Amino acid sequence: MSERDLPMDEGGGDGGAGPAPGKRQPSPWQLIGTLGGAAVLAGFAIVLVYQWAHPQILAHRADRLRSAVQQVLGDPDSYRPMYVVDDELRDTLPAGADSADAATVYAGFHEGRLAGFAVPGEKPGYQDVVRLIFGYDPREDRVIGMTVLQSKETPGLGAKITSDSSFIGEFEGIEPPLVGVKEDGDGPHEVDMITGATISSEAVIEIINERLGAVGDALRDGASGVAPASAAGRGETARDGGAGDADAGGSP
Amino acid sequence: MSPATEKTPSAVFLRGIWEENPVLIQLLGLCPALAVTNTVENAIAMSVATTFVLVGSSSIVSLIKRWVPAQVRISTYIMIIATFVTIVDLSMGAVAPGASRALGAFVPLIVVNCMILGRQEAFASKNPLGFSVLDALGVSAGFWIALLILGGVRELLGAGTLLGVQVMPVAWEPWVIMILPPGGFLTLGVVLLLMGWWTERGEETEEAVQPRRWPQGVRTEQPAGRVRAGSGGSDGTDRTGGRH
Repeated sequence: MSERDLPMDEGGGDGGAGPAPGKRQPSPWQLIGTLGGAAVLAGFAIVLVYQWAHPQILAHRADRLRSAVQQVLGDPDSYRPMYVVDDELRDTLPAGADSADAATVYAGFHEGRLAGFAVPGEKPGYQDVVRLIFGYDPREDRVIGMTVLQSKETPGLGAKITSDSSFIGEFEGIEPPLVGVKEDGDGPHEVDMITGATISSEAVIEIINERLGAVGDALRDGASGVAPASAAGRGETARDGGAGDADAGGSP
Repeated sequence: MSPATEKTPSAVFLRGIWEENPVLIQLLGLCPALAVTNTVENAIAMSVATTFVLVGSSSIVSLIKRWVPAQVRISTYIMIIATFVTIVDLSMGAVAPGASRALGAFVPLIVVNCMILGRQEAFASKNPLGFSVLDALGVSAGFWIALLILGGVRELLGAGTLLGVQVMPVAWEPWVIMILPPGGFLTLGVVLLLMGWWTERGEETEEAVQPRRWPQGVRTEQPAGRVRAGSGGSDGTDRTGGRH
């Protein structure tokens, strides 16, 4: 923008009380002072609001996760987070491990018994990343429920992955590896995809297959040692071989 | 309607609603107006957020106009606007998580709504606090009207509902395109067509067709230097074109 485009110096435009025409060139310090002062005030305002809002935002997020875990595990009595690090299920993150190295899963319990694990996962769908969480019963090796946490799929088509109850119902009791079919899949691995939303449906199926490929072994091996209360040493379940024998069909 | 030069409180307020409606006449702030109006609820949430930012920024800009040197005024205004946008974004996340999720990235994008910076530059930076707030409220009301029209039409045709309540008969097959981005353009086009037709009809009944006025604060005269710069630029392009 060049100097002559600045309409600032004309008081006439609105015929009102405009600022006095700036004849004197302001010093550089004046300019820096104005911007710096505005930035400091803006910073204070934002930090104040942030301190008030952030705990509530985190609480809402936790609420959403809680209701999603409840939904995919069939209303367990309690649940707690656990971590899969280096193919092992643990109660706590080992010291030094980054949360990026570990996969968080949620173990849900019915009357003191393990009901299953809720496993979050994400993958690009048709428009944007689809984030979901699904329930997995390691003893039966079955998916027991799925709910989408976040998606921006096309309304009326791909968005049905969040709302279409018959599609969501397909994931109750299905056995991995999941296979998407166009119509009337009655097999134990078959999921009926949504008409007109193949990419979104496949994204959901692939997320589940990939996550089970990554953590399925650890969940199956660790399941026997999981108790509702986080007891020390309980997560350190002895692993009796078997790793890699049940590849849940990870990569697409 | 009162002439644009008149400056009574009611004229300042009413101007933004119809005569200089930001979306329907000035065609400003179209990104939020098209992007989030697939339901009435989203339109309301976006209007609330935008009103807060516009009224807040206009008040502050009007109060500090005396101390802001012209050279850094745009940066200062944008900083003020961005602060209000951050506040509204955080607050929505805290008190209305559903709306915040539905609007997604479009709340932070209020920063670049040219309607808001436009009001600071064209009005709040030259007028006292009272008028600036009235102007911001008037323009916000115009924004509300435009978004409610777009959101209402799109939700009704695209989902058969209004504010989530089924309005159309159950046999109605929703036009999915209306809640997709093309539906926003279609609806806006039809609304503008109807408005143009309506305005023209009104003008024919008056004795003379008035030339269309520019919104207040928009400079219509071209500075001579700018024209020269423009022609120089096109010469440059010609030369570049010849070399290829």
